[in-house]
Amino acid sequence: MSILQEALETGKFGVTAEMAPPKGYDFTEQLEAGKLLAPKVHAVNVTDMQSASLKASSLGLCIALKAAGVEPILQMTGRDRNRMAIMADVLSAASFGIDSVLALTGDHPVVGDCKDTKPVYDLDSVGILNMLSRMEQTNCDCGGNEIAGGAPKLYKGASVTPVYEPIFLQINKLRQKVEAGAAFVQTQGIFDLDAFKRFLEQVDAAGIKTHVMAGIIPLKSAGMARYMNENVPGIAVPQEMIDRLAAAAEEGKAKGVKGLPMKLGMEMAAEMIAKIKDEHLCDGVHIMAIGAEKNVPTILDLAGITI
Amino acid sequence: MIITQKKPLEEVLAMVGDAKTVAVIGCGLCASTCQTGGAPEVEAMKKTLEEAGKTVVVTDVADACCMKLGVRAKCKAISAAAPECIVCMSCGDGVQTIAKNCTGIPVYPANNTMFLGEVARVGIWEEACKMCGDCVLGTTGGICPITQCAKSLVNGPCGGQKNGKCEVNPENDCAWIQIYKRLEQLGQLDKLSMTRPDKGYEKVAYPRTINQRGKKA
Repeated sequence: MSILQEALETGKFGVTAEMAPPKGYDFTEQLEAGKLLAPKVHAVNVTDMQSASLKASSLGLCIALKAAGVEPILQMTGRDRNRMAIMADVLSAASFGIDSVLALTGDHPVVGDCKDTKPVYDLDSVGILNMLSRMEQTNCDCGGNEIAGGAPKLYKGASVTPVYEPIFLQINKLRQKVEAGAAFVQTQGIFDLDAFKRFLEQVDAAGIKTHVMAGIIPLKSAGMARYMNENVPGIAVPQEMIDRLAAAAEEGKAKGVKGLPMKLGMEMAAEMIAKIKDEHLCDGVHIMAIGAEKNVPTILDLAGITI
Repeated sequence: MIITQKKPLEEVLAMVGDAKTVAVIGCGLCASTCQTGGAPEVEAMKKTLEEAGKTVVVTDVADACCMKLGVRAKCKAISAAAPECIVCMSCGDGVQTIAKNCTGIPVYPANNTMFLGEVARVGIWEEACKMCGDCVLGTTGGICPITQCAKSLVNGPCGGQKNGKCEVNPENDCAWIQIYKRLEQLGQLDKLSMTRPDKGYEKVAYPRTINQRGKKA
């Protein structure tokens, strides 16, 4: 059983982080971050060319992390792989002991950095989950052919965007993902706990039973927050947070101290994590540090979270 | 309707190359409506070719270039005039049908075939159908997710919309939000609740032939 599954199913507060493979073939930095994260989190998502920007594969870094003693979650999008390729990668992952998979539809190539790429989308997130569930139930591949030695047991997850209008569509798709086998869901970064609570009420009202992990994005600057508000779907950083980050930058300038906004961002993230845990809002958190993975242990320490 | 766009004239002239005698054939259906292959466009092409020093031996507009038997007579007339090449101002289907009928004479397309779409208004064409072979419009309020969603998603939207617009092209509405609104209006929101069974791609392996005659075509 995957470590994350065990944690969530025994009622522990689940903690996951996230990292991206490099645009290159040297994993040194990722493995170093992974070693820092390992004692602090249940698992680390490895992104699958997020924002449709070319990177080394999720599977490759997952294998390297696993060998280094870090528990990875294999992110799989439908953008670049048809059903055969997805299943082949999942089977390969399983042979290395990687048993957690997060299914995503995937950003379209035209928003990425290799725009001429042919998009695949043979299966969407729901389709990927359904295929993997069917594989486990039948021990057969996507064509109905028997898998040698039986199918691996996977802990399957999905993502959800709590800030979405009309929310009916997100709740409806979340229900489909859970019905298709998503035992845990990680949310897009949340910044407004009241809005998040309203989302969780809707999940409850729809009778959806899954483990929800709140997405946490530690902000690095007011500029980053504004950029995300403008450009990243489902992100809504409240103005008050942006003002605080801007004030921290001003303060840093006045005092000649660097890194104050980053420090404040970490504190705000820690405060949010602590509140989520103390108020039992959901089953865990998923921290997306976007390149600053080495800060995650500090954020968890500030939040008083141990696993 | 099959929506076509004119190729750049330089590209057409490059295909014609050194040929001195040319036939031009247009199409009375979609390409006429798209103003890429009707009588006025055929006339304009004739003029362009003549200005480039070519002799245009035949010009004609077929009722439909894609009707293999229907264009046979026109193709015979063209073949009889023995041009060194034919410029076909239809969709890609029509070009192939003319080529089948005029074997031995190279047929060059004057148009790019863009999509199956509707005439939104004169001069504006919008893609409407990807010809997926298994129509889902009955459950999506008459809005096609295969065509209108840039990822052809069948189980609801991705997380990529911003203010109701698509991440791929912010000028386009998110198909699934449109579908949601239409189904709400129709009192059919329950149609969103079911996950669509995966229809797979085995049945759309191409090229396909449909035979309703019950015997060999």
